[in-house]
Amino acid sequence: MGLTMFDKIWRDHLVFESSGKPALIYIDLHLVHEVTSPQAFEGLRLQNRKVRRPELTISTVDHNIPTDDTRNDEIKDVIARQQVETLRKNCKDFGVTLYDIDSNAQGIVHVIGPEQGYTQPGMTIVCGDSHTSTHGAFGSLAFGIGTSEVEHVLATQTLRQNKPKTMQIDFVGELPLGVTAKDMILSTIGKIGTAGGTGYVIEYTGNAIRSLSMEGRMTICNMSIEAGARAGMIAPDDTTFKWMKGRKFVPSGESYEDSIKKWREYQSDKDAIFDTKIEINCSELEPYVSWGTNPGQVSKITDSIPYPETFEDPVDQESANRAMDYMGLKPGTNIEDIKIDRAFIGSCTNARLEDLRSAAEIVKGKKISSTVRAQVMPGSTLTKILAEKEGLDSIFIDAGFEWRNSGCSMCLGMNPDILIPGERCASTSNRNFEGRQGKGGRTHLVSPTMAAAAAIAGNFVDVRNWK
Amino acid sequence: MEKFIKHEGIVAPLDRANVDTDQIIPKQFLKRIERTGFGEFAFFDWRYLEDGILNPDFILNDTKYKKASILVSGRNFGSGSSREHAPWALYEMGFKVIIAPSFADIFRNNCMQNGLLTIVLDDEIVDLIMANSTKSIYKLTIDLQKQTIKDSEKFSTTFEIDSFRKECLIEGLDDIDLSFRMEEEISNFESLRAPRW
Ligand code: SF4
Repeated sequence: MGLTMFDKIWRDHLVFESSGKPALIYIDLHLVHEVTSPQAFEGLRLQNRKVRRPELTISTVDHNIPTDDTRNDEIKDVIARQQVETLRKNCKDFGVTLYDIDSNAQGIVHVIGPEQGYTQPGMTIVCGDSHTSTHGAFGSLAFGIGTSEVEHVLATQTLRQNKPKTMQIDFVGELPLGVTAKDMILSTIGKIGTAGGTGYVIEYTGNAIRSLSMEGRMTICNMSIEAGARAGMIAPDDTTFKWMKGRKFVPSGESYEDSIKKWREYQSDKDAIFDTKIEINCSELEPYVSWGTNPGQVSKITDSIPYPETFEDPVDQESANRAMDYMGLKPGTNIEDIKIDRAFIGSCTNARLEDLRSAAEIVKGKKISSTVRAQVMPGSTLTKILAEKEGLDSIFIDAGFEWRNSGCSMCLGMNPDILIPGERCASTSNRNFEGRQGKGGRTHLVSPTMAAAAAIAGNFVDVRNWK
Repeated sequence: MEKFIKHEGIVAPLDRANVDTDQIIPKQFLKRIERTGFGEFAFFDWRYLEDGILNPDFILNDTKYKKASILVSGRNFGSGSSREHAPWALYEMGFKVIIAPSFADIFRNNCMQNGLLTIVLDDEIVDLIMANSTKSIYKLTIDLQKQTIKDSEKFSTTFEIDSFRKECLIEGLDDIDLSFRMEEEISNFESLRAPRW
């Protein structure tokens, strides 16, 4: 029987295994940020332990830093400042590389890993952050861990894990024009539910996946966690290698060619067996908009908000009722009739250069609605610089968008960028939980083009008819 | 980590599916650099009204549940982020056990690292516990060694748990200590690989 890509990576990282116990696996890359690491470093200190392989640990500040131009001053929020300063001290004391606020390589941890070339096929990658699944787009096994596990990786460069099950999600058929990777993953979560992937590592396959850019693949793997999965992954191919070439930590010259040979082995064998297989027909997909308070509550743009009684499961009915109550929406309302107050283009799901380009194309030469406040937070400082070189900043600014600095920002509202109660936001991020973007704030998850179009129209519109 | 062998306590019902980590501990409280101090902020947006007054409509504010140490909730409990602050907050709020039809993976893992036992039971049994604990003060006894749950009357059921996790909870063992015993295997593994960069 053949092996899946996951099986191969698992096999290559197995340090120790004994039946009935979680395996000990080796970790190639450990990403660290300010929010989930302080207690882990503190734990090391208390036990007089070192970081075993500081050179395999990379850190940055992203979650709670300001995105306005005051960010190089002292952070006003005393507790946030303390967290950032704690990370600085920890990195210094333990010899870990830190991409600080003034570095071009600073940014959302899941944007900078690939951008700098740290993320490579066949690797095991962890971070105290659930969206670590993003890195799976390069054919690596990447997943989020808790702070105790962060400490474990720092101390031992290994992790104890039960072997997860594998799921194949096969996208068949062709993706219609104007439908994006974000719509592929939102529709998938709508179909399998937010716990549909629990206990699994998902491998995404199919022609539609092969034709996606790396940015699109990252968007899909990123939201695997919203489907409940531990990790999402996509086999590396020429698109992957081309995207990686020339990046700072990717091998160059002859060793690049050698690496490609090795990387190509990370494919599921033709006769590999997955524990579960799901098929999604791309030709039926449209742009999607979430209407509820979990990422599985989505509708097509041409559709309306469902009647809770149409859900078979009473638990889903109850969740839908509660969600509509929170979101201030009524069943039967056309998605296109929902007006927005804010638009947020950002986050590790959709704030890479290609995302910004696609949104800029929509807003070019137009003005945002007078009732909307719209913001762009590039995924990293480097992304911001590159976007500015292409003039994307002026396209957004001319249209009335605020062009901010990089960070998680309004994706989770730990910094001052938040919604006020009742405000409704078209967001390119990944979570629409109650209060996620600010207490009482109402989040609708969409693609960058859909968010851009909504900012201009003032309500959701079908971007496929955009002129 | 505190040892977990047997626990008797009052059950508090939180009858919702998909209780996510943003609800369990909202992000504004993630800025602390200690492992403690999160308990009073657990379920913040549901638990308090403006001005920090306790919300009388939030079930866990009912005085009946003041001493509760077992939480029963709907499916997919703990979905969302990897923040270990969520189990820290629940533990500090007084919970030692959480019962639900299913849990999010990372959350469950995080609980086990902190001596917080998560138990998966069938929907019907969860519903029964939920109903009993909603009506009046309802106590359960959980025996991890025997993997049983009982009330003071007739109710009794068993639950599954990974044997490794069970051992760690019963012994109060820290994963890192265990892995340090594998030092030789780790070094061997490292010596066989080329450096990455
Ligand atoms: S952008 Fe949002 S989802 Fe991504 S790491 Fe930051 S907070 Fe998490």
